[in-house]
Amino acid sequence: MKKQYFINANIMDPHNSLNENGGLIISENGTIEAIGKKVNSNNIPAREKIIDLKEKYIFPGLVDMRVFAGEPGYEYKENFRTLSNAALAGGVTSVVTMPNTDPVIDNVSIVDFLKRRGRDKSKINVFPSASLTKNIEGNNMTEFGLLQNKGIIAFTDGTKTIQNTQLMVRIMNSAKDLGTLIMQHAEDYDLAKNGMINSGIVATKLGLSGIPDVAERIIIERDLTLLENIKCRYHISQISSGKSVEIIKERKEKVKFTTGVSINNLSLNENDIGDFRTFLKLSPPLRKEEDRIALVQGLKDETIDVIVSDHKPEDEEQKRLTFAQASTGASGIETLLSLSLELYHNDSLKLETIIKALTSNPAKILKINKGNLSIDNDADFCIVDLEKPWIVKKEKLISKSKNTSIENKKLQGKVTNTFVKGEELFKL
Amino acid sequence: MAIKTNKAIKISQKHLLGIEGLSINDVNLILDESQIFIKLNKSKNKKLNILSGKTQINLFFEPSTRTQSSFELAGKRLGADVMSMNMSNSAIKKGETLIDTAMTLNAMHPDVIVIRHQDSGASNLLSQKVNCAVLNAGDGSREHPTQALLDALTIINRKKKIEGLRIAICGDIAHSRVARSNIYLLNMLGAEVNIIAPSNLMPKEIEKFGVNTFTDMKKGLKDCDIVMMLRLQNERMASSFLSSNREYYEYYGLTPDKLNHAKEDALIMHPGPMNRGIEIDTKLADDINRSVIKEQVEFGVAVRMACLKIFCE
Repeated sequence: MKKQYFINANIMDPHNSLNENGGLIISENGTIEAIGKKVNSNNIPAREKIIDLKEKYIFPGLVDMRVFAGEPGYEYKENFRTLSNAALAGGVTSVVTMPNTDPVIDNVSIVDFLKRRGRDKSKINVFPSASLTKNIEGNNMTEFGLLQNKGIIAFTDGTKTIQNTQLMVRIMNSAKDLGTLIMQHAEDYDLAKNGMINSGIVATKLGLSGIPDVAERIIIERDLTLLENIKCRYHISQISSGKSVEIIKERKEKVKFTTGVSINNLSLNENDIGDFRTFLKLSPPLRKEEDRIALVQGLKDETIDVIVSDHKPEDEEQKRLTFAQASTGASGIETLLSLSLELYHNDSLKLETIIKALTSNPAKILKINKGNLSIDNDADFCIVDLEKPWIVKKEKLISKSKNTSIENKKLQGKVTNTFVKGEELFKL
Repeated sequence: MAIKTNKAIKISQKHLLGIEGLSINDVNLILDESQIFIKLNKSKNKKLNILSGKTQINLFFEPSTRTQSSFELAGKRLGADVMSMNMSNSAIKKGETLIDTAMTLNAMHPDVIVIRHQDSGASNLLSQKVNCAVLNAGDGSREHPTQALLDALTIINRKKKIEGLRIAICGDIAHSRVARSNIYLLNMLGAEVNIIAPSNLMPKEIEKFGVNTFTDMKKGLKDCDIVMMLRLQNERMASSFLSSNREYYEYYGLTPDKLNHAKEDALIMHPGPMNRGIEIDTKLADDINRSVIKEQVEFGVAVRMACLKIFCE
């Protein structure tokens, strides 16, 4: 690889508290050689090819902690190749994939298979998570220690929740012993039973069973209570309500844990479901506008640490059904950054808060050396035109599944180039 | 028989998916037209040829006696070719989706499809995929517009008006499409609506529909002109919404004692089928001075004839 020189970019790297106009030099082996304002046309040899980014932004490659890959078992929805192409178009260079596959990622041999597939087919960094319980049945723990030895960095039942409190205690104890990161999808099954959307006026109007926000709150409060005595690495995958933000804020003073939120819950509310739009059947569900505002506020005051895409590709056949029958989830990895930038453009959040929640914060929680632009690290980054307007069209999405929650939405800000290990793998 | 029907009726909607979406003009058109068919249905020769040459498909994914037969009879009396499909043992069981079924039927060029489905929003989905008119005969817990229209017709014929009446709807509101359609329609026509249900069967934020809510039946019935009882599904006990039939009857069953809180001339309505001794005292149900349950069935045919005629044109 030839050395590459970029100048005149707005560089933002929250991990290194970098926020300045400057340049970037990528070494022959794809690592970051120099970065910042000291890199400019004056100190780059004149014979070299210099790319002037004209004040476009450089962010570290995004780290998306919640992605459904489809491999193995659901390759018709998404495979590692299509996932990485979609991710690159959205500036995402590292993903944590969910274990809700067929078969489930719950044992050492399947991890070997997955890592090989990931390495061969994926162009981005794939960090598979494994399930907390065997076959995601919520009964028996998986082998956290052995799976970690194989490189698993996080454990979650993905779309499922540990309901049994006794089992949760045991999982947390093991996690404490082994330094394991637990990621919980917080939903009480009995309270959420048959529920499809937020419990409230929209559910009542549409005649759909509701999922009350207390279903989320009860699991969060239970787990955080357990955490007082069992200090393990605990992360709430996604929250959806203002009440959850309130409780988390309160508990963060007592115990150490982290929290994520899906970009869907930050950008949309239950009214967007309109006339039974199945693409907005999500878990956790979209709630009221007050909840959305509380979530944005939660990011602002750092109650919430991470924004995820909750990228869940579903083929159209699974969405062209009645609301009750339609599958849950939306494709979103390509639009994660652009949709997040909406919160910057409408003055809800500072740019740095958003980028932190998409890069350094998830990397820190996962304990991976990604989501930063430190010297000698892999040059994983994206170049972003912060102002560029565009419209989301499902037929233009790169992901194999087109189930976007924001079809026809006008967005501002787009990734123009994405690099992994110094190699340009996406160009608009 | 030479009954004149209103000419040049214009409805604002292509489909009848719910009361929500209809204008007051639409409702009045349907109700006025229905009056004509009430007369026709009482005469000797009940057959017209208004819809002759038109094809009506009844697509019932849920078992139904009165709604299905009512729609079938309505279509036949207007001269349509009516095909009733019982979907509980057809292609849908073989894994065909609603949309595929819709496409198949659409290819047969029907003029109207009447659909009953267990999922809320099923008629909306169907209407997006077919070229003909879609009439919702009940979708999940969402709407059952012809039931509300026939209820309104029944009230109007007895009380001469709806505006200003106080109407109680009592029972399993949470799971009831009849309740939702009636709330929309009765509100639109100027009634005051009281909703009576135990908290476990009261849907969230229903008061935002502009109704009064009561968990105490006697209070909810106070000075009501109409008492509309809903059917209690047996499965509600199994999932612990309620403790038992007898306790439900004690607190929410319509008995002479509770009815005394309503106006002296209050009428009793029920969409059927009834659970006698669970939501309604059997004598009250049969009391010809108070109960208009049979009229509801009778007018149901007229309302469906009006809807078929209006939406087929």
